[in-house]
Amino acid sequence: MDPAFLFIQFLNGLATASSLFIAACGLTIIFGVTRIVNFAHGSFYMVGAYMAVTLVEPALAAWYGPVSFWVSILAAAVAVGLMGVAMEFLLLRRIYKAPELFQLLATFGVVLVVQDLVTMVWGPEDILGPRAPGLRGAVEIFGQRFPQYEIVLILAGPVILGLLWLLFKRTRFGVLVRAATQDRAMVGALGVNQALLFTGVLFLGAFLAGLAGALQIPKEPANPFMDISIIAEAFVVTVIGGMGSVPGAFLAAVLIGELQAFGILVFPKITLVLVFLVMAAVLVVRPWGLMGRPDVTDSHAFGGERPLKRWPPALGWAAVAGVGVLAVLPLFVDSFTLKLMIEVFIFALFAFSLNFLMGTGGIISFGHAAYFGLGAYGAALVYQHMGAPMELAIVLAPAAAGIGAAVFGYFIVRLSGVYLAMLTLAVAQIVYAVAFQWVEVTGGDNGLIGIWPSAWAKDRLPYYYLTLVTCGAGVWFLRRAIYAPFGYTLRAGRDSALRADAIGIDLKTHRWLAFTLAGAAAGLAGGVYSFSKGNIDPQVLSIPTSVDALAMVLLGGIQTVTGPLFGAAFLHLIKDFVMPLTDQWRMILGFIIIALVLAFPQGLVGFVARFGERGEEGR
Amino acid sequence: MTTKSSVTRLAGLAVAATVGLAAAAGHPAAAETIKIGELNSYAKFAAFTVPYRNGWQLALDEVNAAGGVMGKQLEIVSRDDGGTTGDAVRVAEELVSREGVSFIFGTFLSNTGLAVADFANQNKTLFIAAEPLSDALTMDKGNRYTFRMRPNTYMQTAMLVEQAKDSGIKRWAIVAPNYEYGQSAGASFKQLIAEAIPGAEIVAEQYPALGKIDAGATVAAIDQAKPDGIFNATFGGDQAKFVREGNTRGLFEGRTVLSLLTGEPEWMLVLGGEAPEGWITTGYPWEQIELPAHKAFVDAYQKKFNDNPRLGSFLGYTCIYTIKAAIEKAGGVDTDKLIAALEGLTVETVAGPMTMRASDHQSTMGAWVGLTTLKDGKGAMKDWFYADGAKYMHSEEEVMKARPK
Repeated sequence: MDPAFLFIQFLNGLATASSLFIAACGLTIIFGVTRIVNFAHGSFYMVGAYMAVTLVEPALAAWYGPVSFWVSILAAAVAVGLMGVAMEFLLLRRIYKAPELFQLLATFGVVLVVQDLVTMVWGPEDILGPRAPGLRGAVEIFGQRFPQYEIVLILAGPVILGLLWLLFKRTRFGVLVRAATQDRAMVGALGVNQALLFTGVLFLGAFLAGLAGALQIPKEPANPFMDISIIAEAFVVTVIGGMGSVPGAFLAAVLIGELQAFGILVFPKITLVLVFLVMAAVLVVRPWGLMGRPDVTDSHAFGGERPLKRWPPALGWAAVAGVGVLAVLPLFVDSFTLKLMIEVFIFALFAFSLNFLMGTGGIISFGHAAYFGLGAYGAALVYQHMGAPMELAIVLAPAAAGIGAAVFGYFIVRLSGVYLAMLTLAVAQIVYAVAFQWVEVTGGDNGLIGIWPSAWAKDRLPYYYLTLVTCGAGVWFLRRAIYAPFGYTLRAGRDSALRADAIGIDLKTHRWLAFTLAGAAAGLAGGVYSFSKGNIDPQVLSIPTSVDALAMVLLGGIQTVTGPLFGAAFLHLIKDFVMPLTDQWRMILGFIIIALVLAFPQGLVGFVARFGERGEEGR
Repeated sequence: MTTKSSVTRLAGLAVAATVGLAAAAGHPAAAETIKIGELNSYAKFAAFTVPYRNGWQLALDEVNAAGGVMGKQLEIVSRDDGGTTGDAVRVAEELVSREGVSFIFGTFLSNTGLAVADFANQNKTLFIAAEPLSDALTMDKGNRYTFRMRPNTYMQTAMLVEQAKDSGIKRWAIVAPNYEYGQSAGASFKQLIAEAIPGAEIVAEQYPALGKIDAGATVAAIDQAKPDGIFNATFGGDQAKFVREGNTRGLFEGRTVLSLLTGEPEWMLVLGGEAPEGWITTGYPWEQIELPAHKAFVDAYQKKFNDNPRLGSFLGYTCIYTIKAAIEKAGGVDTDKLIAALEGLTVETVAGPMTMRASDHQSTMGAWVGLTTLKDGKGAMKDWFYADGAKYMHSEEEVMKARPK
């Protein structure tokens, strides 16, 4: 290979790295201080780009020159910073007391709202910005042309890194940020105004995200997909570098940028999955990222204060009555409602299995859709390629997913906290990429069609009962596990790994078993889903599916047992209700989620449970 | 405490309001109308689907003003398909079972189209796919109940390769998005260019993930292989990035570029003054088409929507008139009669006649093939002609071999 070309490709990688770094460093700063996983970071990036194209055009029309261009870019970034402050003030501040993951649900609602807001304000078409004045052309490097603007981008990354270093080392604000990253509880105890600190950090993080978006406009048009295109990569860079570490993010960005630039020379299709492969590899070797540090305070995010109470008999009878109602439901509703309920049952089992991991086991999973999808694909592949009957396929689905969960779980349970969550995400994306690329077997992104149930289950009614029985059995089985000594062991590990270890519990094995069990249950839901829908494609493995499950669990209440069931029902039914109302249904759904997050920080069922308890204790 | 309860009340009010709105909307009274269902990605791909909706809305109003179809007014129940295959299948079912539509049409992405086609097959409902371009929809995953309007990926690639045949260019590079559309465009191109130009070889291929092209690295990788021709299947934001980087780095200088879909206003307008010069592309030069029927369509569209039509508008408009012709020929909305009517049906569209081929349910709708150019600081097409789809379709033998028995 031509050395001149290699050098140019190296520079290309650096330019990508710079953009990635600026996009990701805000995320790592926000997480480091507030421990909030900010899904809306991609939305900040997108709004930064849109604001930049809006401001740059009139600025250049008024006075064409580099000054008006760069001032507009900075102004756009500041505007996004203020947006971050608004989000903190209106939304996040009210839910700091809630379990940490709940704030993630709130930011997810913000993502939905911003997606539709952006198309409402700026229209649905992409908006291409102008080139930067004075940097419109290319320079000759070793006989190859390299854009001038890319050189500026390459320099921008280290400059921002340097400025951030100065900020963190030489200002009081920076000292507080570093202290809060290291030990938030202590900072609070020392009397620092945490609210103000958080606001400042949100401003800085959002500013950086907006700046990253604004810097892209000479290269790419502002479009409504920017948020989802950047968020996964920003997360990956943040995690590889180590959450809370800005130099780590820079290192990770350079690593990813260069691997991508040279990776496409060897595997032209690698960009689909490269960042996740790298993240998985790094996390297995260095569980806290390249430059991250283990958390000082153990996360008690899932309320270890409350021991699990057995249900009073009244509640038990209520549950039986509930199942009875579901059994006779077909007499009262039409066929389409039955289809909705079938999907509700499937997602209920899916969410319940996730809550088994998260609420009982304390294992946060961002990639649970991997096992749902493995079950779905397992059933579909056995049915199509091996001619197995539906009954066998549905039985094999949890087996397939369970094997996958066992294999991946072995590496996953060695980590903890957010790193574990990100490794689950990486695994899910890798499985997604395999399903996407392996066209001969899985049908690629068009998937498999013609997955039809056996003759006896072809009609809606028998399939409804099939789903009720299988998903009900799955939920019942997991619930037995929750109340069994196994469940108590898991909760012990969740509440205090140290103490559990001290009394001789082999935590890793138990968590591994829990992961496998949860994966198998999700696989069962996936298998039933395949036949209910009739076709299966990689979307069943994608990040939005994992996020949906997460939202269902959080909405229902992560500290409850039946929460995910109601969360699944609520989210699915509300979505079906809202979708026909308007083109902007995502915004409405986002607002509903935000409203629920503010009103019920314990989740829907959690709220009811607290209510009941307060009544009991006569307060 | 006050904050929490007032927020709760507000939330409850919001939910109640939404319920109230929905109740008020309700279901329209079923008078003597022909009810058809339509679903598309209105939220996610509004840039294409909103002009498309305008197109079918215009046609709908025209048809109903002229007395409807067989004396009955046409009613279209339109829904967003949720942007995922799961939601789309559910929405399709809701249209059929709850809204009681006679058949459905629409969808945008190929995987959604395939999922809804499979639902149609299972449910024995007629489905007319509007935009999905995947060959599989009428070939190896085709079924009796599914028809498709747009010329598929193979057809459009064939149109472009025909233009490059005389160039004798042997060294080609492919840039296509890494999903089924891009992969099959690349595969079709490889097959067709080898047939058209003996000795043609692919010296570089890049398949960037959809929406995530690393334009600088991709352009450099392509340039490095020193191709003489480039086949581009990227569109939208990916294409804009690719064009900008390519222009700055001189990728396209002295090279022939074949590009799918670039001439369509949806993708051309984004490029603005940056639109490339001299790319051979498929598109829709609406402002230059001289056919009187088409000019009337453009006038009516501009008057009604105060905007210029896009290719989606033409597609939506043509869908309605195809549906009208099919119902009139079938004498009603019975599914089997409609399928029989559609097979072999010829419709007079505003761009000329179009036939629905019986063997694969693919329409002969063509595309406008020409060169890109800059006119008044915006992208446009020149030296274009209308390529009739019938000339570029898969042969009947290929269809027989591919379609499921």
